Amino acid sequence: MIRVILPAHLRTLARVDGEVKLDVEGQATQRSVLDALEACYPMLRGTIRDQVTQQRRPFLRFFACEEDLSHELPDAPLPDAVASGAEPLLIIGAIAGG
Amino acid sequence: MSKVRVLVGTRKGAFVLTSDAKRERWEVSGPHFAGWEIYHVKGSPADPNRLYASQCSGWFGQIIQRSNDGGNTWEAPGGETTPAPGSMPAGASNKFVYDTSPETGKPITTHQWYDGTQHPWEFKRVWHLEPSLTDPDTVYAGVEDAALFRSTDGGQTWQELAGLRGHGSGPRWQPGAGGMCLHTILLDPSDPGRMFIAISAAGAFRSDDTGKTWRPINRGLKSEYIPDPTAEVGHCVHRIAMHRSRPGVLFMQKHWDVLRSDNAGDLWQEVSGNLPTDFGFVIDVHAHEPETIYVVPIKSDSEHFPPDGKLRVYRSRTGGNEWEALTKGLPQRDCYVNVLRDAMAVDSLDSCGVYFGTTGGQVYASTDAGDSWTPIVRDLPGVLSVEVQTLP
Repeated sequence: MIRVILPAHLRTLARVDGEVKLDVEGQATQRSVLDALEACYPMLRGTIRDQVTQQRRPFLRFFACEEDLSHELPDAPLPDAVASGAEPLLIIGAIAGG
Repeated sequence: MSKVRVLVGTRKGAFVLTSDAKRERWEVSGPHFAGWEIYHVKGSPADPNRLYASQCSGWFGQIIQRSNDGGNTWEAPGGETTPAPGSMPAGASNKFVYDTSPETGKPITTHQWYDGTQHPWEFKRVWHLEPSLTDPDTVYAGVEDAALFRSTDGGQTWQELAGLRGHGSGPRWQPGAGGMCLHTILLDPSDPGRMFIAISAAGAFRSDDTGKTWRPINRGLKSEYIPDPTAEVGHCVHRIAMHRSRPGVLFMQKHWDVLRSDNAGDLWQEVSGNLPTDFGFVIDVHAHEPETIYVVPIKSDSEHFPPDGKLRVYRSRTGGNEWEALTKGLPQRDCYVNVLRDAMAVDSLDSCGVYFGTTGGQVYASTDAGDSWTPIVRDLPGVLSVEVQTLP
C-alpha cells in the first residue's frame, strides 16, 4: 500500500480527504505510483504530469522522507519507506503565484 | 415567471447569480472551484441546465467541468473512476492536443514570438467555451496558443479543427500581452456551417463549412502598431459580437478602434465616433435592438483603466459613430478597474438587461438597457467572464 498526499486543490478535484492509498503493482516508482493514482482518479490526468509528454508539471515537486525526489528518473525506485507505506509520497505545489 | 442566471468566471473561482425576472434580488452561489482561475462559464442554448466551465491553474493545468443541473453540481467529464464499457478514455477531457496529422491539411508548427522569431505552438489554457446552438453535447473551445477545438461528446474528448491553423498565415500570428488566445467564437444561427472566431493577435476569421476551412476577415482594419497596418493578419482583435437576428452584421472592439461589418466580415469600417477613447475589450449588442451596441472605453493599452477614473459604459443606438455615456449608478470618481473581453453579456427579457464584471470584483447590472446600473455583487475576485442565461 502506497500513501500519497496530494495538494489541497487536487484533493478537491479528486473528491478525497486526507491521504490517498494505492495498490501499486511491481516496483514503486514515480511512474508506477502516478499511473496507479491516475487510474483511480482519472480527473487528475494532466494535472501532475503533462498528458502527452508525461513530464512533471513545472510548479509541482515530489518529496518523501524529507528528500526532494523531483529530479529522480521516473522509473527510479522510490525509498523503501514509501514502498512499504511507512512514509507518504508528497506532491507539493510551488509556494508561488497569487 | 422567467429567471435570469448570471455565470461569472473569476481569478479564484466561479459564481452563479440567480434572480427572478425583476432582477432586484440576487442569490450568489459559489465559489465553485475555489482558488482556480475560471476563464469562462457558458450554458448550452439547447439545454440551459448544461453548463461548461474552463478551470485552470498555473500549477495543475487545464480542467474542463460540466454541470447538468444549472451549476449546482459539477463533474469533470471523463473523470469517472469506473467508466462505462466502451466509453471514451478516462481523463481525456483535460487533453487538448494539437493536430499534426497530414490528413487535416497543413499543420503549422510555429507562430511568431514576441521577438519576431518563430515559436512552436504550446497549449496553455481554454479561454472560451461556446456550446452548439442545437446540441448540448457539442461545444467549441478557443484555446491559447490560438486554436479551435470541438467536442461532440459533452466535453469528454476534444479534437482540433486544424483547418484554422492550416490556413497558412500562422507564422504571422503573434501573442498579445495576454498571450496568443482564441477568445471569441460566434455561431451563425441562420447558417449551421458558418462561424466566426477572433484571435489576439491575429485577427478575425470566418468558416463557411463548419470549421473545415477558414479565411481571414480583416479588410478595413488598420493597426498602426504593426509593421503593415493593413496586413491580412496580425491585428489585435479584442472581441466581436453579433445580434442573432442579423448574423451578417458584426461589431468589433479592436485593441484600438471600434468597427462594424455589414457583410459578415468581408469589409470593416470604423465607428468609434465620439468615444472618449476607442481602446477597450468588451463589445455587445442589445437583445432586441440590433443597432444598439455597448462598449466600455479604457484609457489606453498601457493604462488599463477607465479615463478620468470614471467607469462609463457607452451605448450607441445607431450601430456606432454616435455614442452616449451611461453613468447612472456607476462610480464616477477614483475608479481604476478594467472590464475584460469576455466580461459583458445581455439577457433577453423584454426590458433588456446588460451585465458586466470588473477586475475589481464587481458585477454591475442594468435592467433598463443601460440607463441605470447597480452592482449585483461587488466583492468577488477579479472577474474574467460574464455570461447570462434567460430561463423560462
